[in-house]
Amino acid sequence: MSPVLEVTGLRTHFHTRAGVVKAVDGVSFKLEQGEIMGLVGESGSGKTVTGFSLLGLVDPPGRIVEGSVRLNGTELVGMSERDLRRRRGREISMVFQDPIATLNPMFTVGQQMRMALESHGSISGRAAAARSEELLTMVGIPSPRARLRAYPHEFSGGMRQRVAIAIALLHRPSVIVADEPTTALDVSIQAQILATMRTLATETGTSLIWISHDLAVVSSLATRLAVMYAGRVVEEGPTADILRRPRHPYTQGLIASLPAMAEPGAPLTQIPGTTPSLLSLPPGCPFAPRCPRATAACAAEPVLTRDGTRAVACFHPAEPA
Amino acid sequence: MLGFVIQRLLQAIMVMAVMSVIVFCGVYAIGNPIDIVIPPDATQDLREEAIRRLGLDQPLWKQYLTFAGNLMQGDFGRSFVYNIPVLELIGGRLPATLELVLISVLSATVLGVSLGVYAGYRPDSWLSKTIMAVSVLGFSVPSFWVGLILILTFAVNLGWLPAGGRGDTVLVWGVPFSFLTLDGLSHIVLPAINLALFKLAMMIRLARAGTREIMLTDTIKFARAAGISEAVILRRHLLKLISIPIITVFGLELGSTLAFAVVTETIFSWPGVGKLIIDSIGVLDRPVMVAYLILVAFLFVLINFTVDLVFALIDPRIRAGATE
Repeated sequence: MSPVLEVTGLRTHFHTRAGVVKAVDGVSFKLEQGEIMGLVGESGSGKTVTGFSLLGLVDPPGRIVEGSVRLNGTELVGMSERDLRRRRGREISMVFQDPIATLNPMFTVGQQMRMALESHGSISGRAAAARSEELLTMVGIPSPRARLRAYPHEFSGGMRQRVAIAIALLHRPSVIVADEPTTALDVSIQAQILATMRTLATETGTSLIWISHDLAVVSSLATRLAVMYAGRVVEEGPTADILRRPRHPYTQGLIASLPAMAEPGAPLTQIPGTTPSLLSLPPGCPFAPRCPRATAACAAEPVLTRDGTRAVACFHPAEPA
Repeated sequence: MLGFVIQRLLQAIMVMAVMSVIVFCGVYAIGNPIDIVIPPDATQDLREEAIRRLGLDQPLWKQYLTFAGNLMQGDFGRSFVYNIPVLELIGGRLPATLELVLISVLSATVLGVSLGVYAGYRPDSWLSKTIMAVSVLGFSVPSFWVGLILILTFAVNLGWLPAGGRGDTVLVWGVPFSFLTLDGLSHIVLPAINLALFKLAMMIRLARAGTREIMLTDTIKFARAAGISEAVILRRHLLKLISIPIITVFGLELGSTLAFAVVTETIFSWPGVGKLIIDSIGVLDRPVMVAYLILVAFLFVLINFTVDLVFALIDPRIRAGATE
């Protein structure tokens, strides 16, 4: 079976006055139907820009300079804005981090859902209301019919995020990119949204890319993980395998710094150093300056090499189990 | 909503009451109107008779009460100079100012918002840069100079448009309007442009700043991610999100232009209230000055009240705040 989404060698660069910021610099992965993949990394590792690149929503001065994004077999890179627009919302859609900032405060939830529905062909008011109500029910909003007439400020943060998810699901897209959709929410609400998303993905057959800096959240949801560092995917594989036996030193550092991994009361382990500036990356492996296992070989750039179900971009990876 | 309206009405009444005191005392402090209403060679008896007749021998507070009492009955007094009721005098001039100001402020807003949204949407295009450069001119060139240049160019040298006056008017419900006749319209073009330029520049800047800010927000990105077309995003999402500051400035500009279109009205000899008030100040026609200033205060209160109502209609969050 061919993958729903296939990303190969994606590079998105920002041409700024200070120089070229290589926010995404060689990202490749595949997404099967109904699969949930986690995209993990620190702030500034290029996760969000990767997400925007998939939808062709990178704002200037950013631009996809190289690579391919194939959605249901169709190449999206280089496609006209008009054709891209038709696919957004219908084949691929996105949920954002902050549900307070995403919904337009001036329109009722029903109006916003209707606008999203009308953007892909005309639909009667009654049909739009029925479909919107169905979706609100699906994401777990109580008394959905009445809530269609409510404004975003009349919802709690968690409920707003559910509305945003409902809007993203309106046209049953094959892929949803979820960019840290639970980060701005309470922990208890987080768990509810995670559960809802998992159920929805299974029920509708939608594939999910879950972007997060929080390895603990992603690992409870995603079947597969891609770990990003400095605009590249450095390790990829089934979640359980990566958690049990991380191969890339960066992934090892990430997992070791999880609070759950530490003895209670003991200081948390951290990766020494900080994320490099994407403006002036050193040649070779971008993680080498922080890496405990770096050698002279790391002056060359490592390539993501596949070995069975797992892939890693490192000259000195830990042995797989 | 009803509570909000009542509260605003009470506030308006308070503002009007305070304004009437300030205006009355302020005007009382300048000059002696007696000198202009009777000839300088009048006898002392005649003089004192006139002072008594006008009530100028009463203490200030008593004069104010008489004035306020008459005001309640809609009597603004008689002009010292023209010797006709002030309301009639101002009422005869107001339509001219009203049509000039409404035409210029409305067209400045419609054009300014369109240009500003474009300049904010495509900030790097040469057209946007031209629009912004021209808007700087609109800000920095003094309006009397622009008026003179307009007359010099279009009336004197090219001879396309008349230099002053109102031209033919048509009565609508007994009120004369110029913009409904071709001749009147040709008379209104130059003063309207003159008045509109500054407001146009301001609307462009306001709309551009709002557009640039809003277009970068997640609200717009989310709408795009849902596949909503750029036309719908601009027309529905953006316009509504930038509308609050634009309506605020629209209201303020409308009020201040109605009250102080003096320069333009003088240059183009437009027979509006601005010219009337300048003439009245020149001859210390107190009743006209007081009535005019009270009318201006009333206009501002009315406009602000309307703007608040419009806010509540547009923004559900303001509406919610108003009902609580």
